Amino acid sequence: MSSVIIVGGGIVGCAVALELAQAGWQVTLIERDCLGSGATAAGMGHIVVMDEGEAQLKLTLFGQQLWQALTADHPQQHEYHACGTLWVATDAEEWDLVAEKAAVYQQYQIACEILDAAALYAHEPALRAGLVGGLLVPNDSVVYPPKSAVYLWQQAEKHGATLVYGEVTTIQTNYVQLNDGRQLSADAIVVANGQRCIDLLPELPIRAKRGQLVITERYPALIKHQLVELSYIKNAHASSGDSVAFNLQPRPNGQLLIGSSRQFDRTDRQIDQQLLSQMLRKAIDYVPALADVRCLRTWTGVRAASPDGLPMIGQHPERAGLWLNVGHEGLGITTALSSARLLADQMLQRPSHLAIQPYLPRSLQQEQPQ
Amino acid sequence: MKQIRISINGTEYHVAEHSNLAAVLMDKAIANRRSVTGEPRMAVCGMGSCGECRVTINQQAHQLACLQQCCEGMEVNCEP
Amino acid sequence: MSLNVVIVGAGPAGLAAAWSASQSNANVTLIDQADQAGGQIWRGGQGYAPKRYQHLFFQHTALQYRKQTHVLGASEQQLYLATPQGPQQLRYDRLILANGARELFLPFPGWTLPKVVGVGGLQALVKGGLPIVGKRVVIAGSGPLLIAVASQLKQRGAIIKAVVEQAPIAQLLRFGRSLVGHPTKMLQAAQSAQALANTPFYVNTWIIAAEGEGEVQQVQLSNGQRIECDYLACSWGLIANTELAQQLGCRLEQGFVVVDRSQHTSRDQVYAVGELTGIGGEDKAVIEGQIAGFVATGNYQAASQLAQQQAQAWQFSQQLAASFALRPELRQLAQANTIVCRCEDVTFGQLQSQPSWRSAKLQTRCGMGICQGRVCGGATQYLFGWSQDSVRFPIHSVSVADLVMESV
Repeated sequence: MSSVIIVGGGIVGCAVALELAQAGWQVTLIERDCLGSGATAAGMGHIVVMDEGEAQLKLTLFGQQLWQALTADHPQQHEYHACGTLWVATDAEEWDLVAEKAAVYQQYQIACEILDAAALYAHEPALRAGLVGGLLVPNDSVVYPPKSAVYLWQQAEKHGATLVYGEVTTIQTNYVQLNDGRQLSADAIVVANGQRCIDLLPELPIRAKRGQLVITERYPALIKHQLVELSYIKNAHASSGDSVAFNLQPRPNGQLLIGSSRQFDRTDRQIDQQLLSQMLRKAIDYVPALADVRCLRTWTGVRAASPDGLPMIGQHPERAGLWLNVGHEGLGITTALSSARLLADQMLQRPSHLAIQPYLPRSLQQEQPQ
Repeated sequence: MKQIRISINGTEYHVAEHSNLAAVLMDKAIANRRSVTGEPRMAVCGMGSCGECRVTINQQAHQLACLQQCCEGMEVNCEP
Repeated sequence: MSLNVVIVGAGPAGLAAAWSASQSNANVTLIDQADQAGGQIWRGGQGYAPKRYQHLFFQHTALQYRKQTHVLGASEQQLYLATPQGPQQLRYDRLILANGARELFLPFPGWTLPKVVGVGGLQALVKGGLPIVGKRVVIAGSGPLLIAVASQLKQRGAIIKAVVEQAPIAQLLRFGRSLVGHPTKMLQAAQSAQALANTPFYVNTWIIAAEGEGEVQQVQLSNGQRIECDYLACSWGLIANTELAQQLGCRLEQGFVVVDRSQHTSRDQVYAVGELTGIGGEDKAVIEGQIAGFVATGNYQAASQLAQQQAQAWQFSQQLAASFALRPELRQLAQANTIVCRCEDVTFGQLQSQPSWRSAKLQTRCGMGICQGRVCGGATQYLFGWSQDSVRFPIHSVSVADLVMESV
């Protein structure tokens, strides 16, 4: 039986733990705070099929399928909410994007519905006047990732996985050192601790992309679907500079989650007021009633961005016995299960559901950020 | 003390001007809200910390009644 | 160029700071969430303040009073405010924090019933017009606030069925002895004792349950007694409102802001006074507020003249903490199905299996509701020893529009 140490008890680490434990490996998961408390807790929990390139689409689609299977038995344990995504078009240019997006989805047999203005307002009367339409993707959904992380872990524990609380300070061949001096060894080591992977492996081309979110009190009737602006793609995936993109999510309990923003290379927790204001101005612009909605809290989270926007899933290019599953950027929840499966396929040397090439950690020399 | 008219859950009441809204609701035994599991709740801390006294005032939800003074024509709605 | 001195909180400490700061040529701004100055203890205005403090309500004309204003947070030398006119930013050269305290609530069966309120909470509601004449009230928990509120309510016509103090008699006697040398406090105590001469006063006793249909109708005490009542006022001491201090990065110890003899915190140009530095009542608040106001405006001589009173007030606060320390039985009051987090209805049973405050927040939602841990944080700290994590902006819940800041 092989043994493995997984660094990082977020959604990705817990998913990997379950995959390998189910396959009979001896799994030790190391977490420095509590399960699912890092980026896993900070994000929106949106399970969304994204169409920026074939590799991303396949990974997110596969991820969505795995989430549907996982949440089928006990949806409430994940606070699963099948609210769908509604991409909103504000002008003719974005209306063209609707058609393009629909075509891609249809190619992959992903259910979607083009909405003209009348249909858009029938679905979401709270949207401001003057919008031209949108694209509804009904099978997108929302979960509450910290609970899902714990759920995955509890399943892994049933297969004999163990949890160690501690912070990894160095990784050597076949062992890790913790901050209290303990050393743990295993046949394989998986790094799945998000943006902090560069503390252990500074050679990895992972950059921090900080986000800010706002949670409100309960307003259950305001919106039905997760609303996202179409220029999200344009705004969200610039390779430099601060940006905001409208993203409004109805939680199953009626609270609203308002996002989203991106700032490169910041990892501190101090709210950037100017960026927050920008994000909220945009949100009020799309849904005017938001102006009076009561906010409870704001917070920051750090995404891990790779140079090409795809996670790095596979062996470290230069170190034997060391595996990576990092760099999920803003799609960490959607791709947690699919990336864990693809990693396990490689580690277990079994056939992979997807062609693995696009996600392999490439030679590091080619990966220096622009 | 001058009396003014306010409405609570659609019913008109005469109350002293400037009286504290949370105090008015408590005196009339009207629950400000229902908790997540359906319990009736009224003000507790009286100073804007606990949030238990929240009601809808003039169509704005989640306003803290203990920080509000009653004024003429105020429309108060508590969750059913 | 005049200094901009900003004072957050218009209770005794903030008013005192404003009074002493206004004796210089500084621009003084006093901020409070209420309409009138006075904070909690002098709620309703100067009519509730003792004669010796009346002068604090007659402020220098250079003072700006920003009422109904919440401070949402702070960054470099500036505060983010939610005002009746919308969001604003306010720059400061010197910042004096006088945010005061709130009550500590501990869960017990029935504590979420309507008309189970805080002790200060009931006083606030009565001052706000809640009719109390002829109403039967049980006042319970811990601290000098119990007697103070009981006597005030009795004078307003309430029927005080019992005052129930958890501290043992030995601790209370020690506290009584410590009042010697504080003539005004002794007078207050004597006046309260006289007002409550025929009121049942139980020590070494605590509430174990509140019962009733739709609202509290009777309470059960640890001594086996059941008392019928219309209101139960119950709290177990005070917790400092350190949220803004934490946002600013001030050092805290045991839930209070650490200050030096100038009331200066660990953060440059930021002072803390009153209950923020230790629960000590109006006299400590006024002394510390005065000192901070003088020091912030460079009047070190006037500040140094208050050193002895400052030390005495500090002693008193230490004595208070020791006398009314909470007993361990209070950790056993909640049953598995007793609600601990009132905003999200999270029960004691759900929380018992959580390893930390952060895990409890994420897994059960405890502390994630509108109170942001102001009620359940204090409770879980006492029940489980959990310490809270960071304080998030905005400190007070506001509308989305109030978070949109104009560009600086």
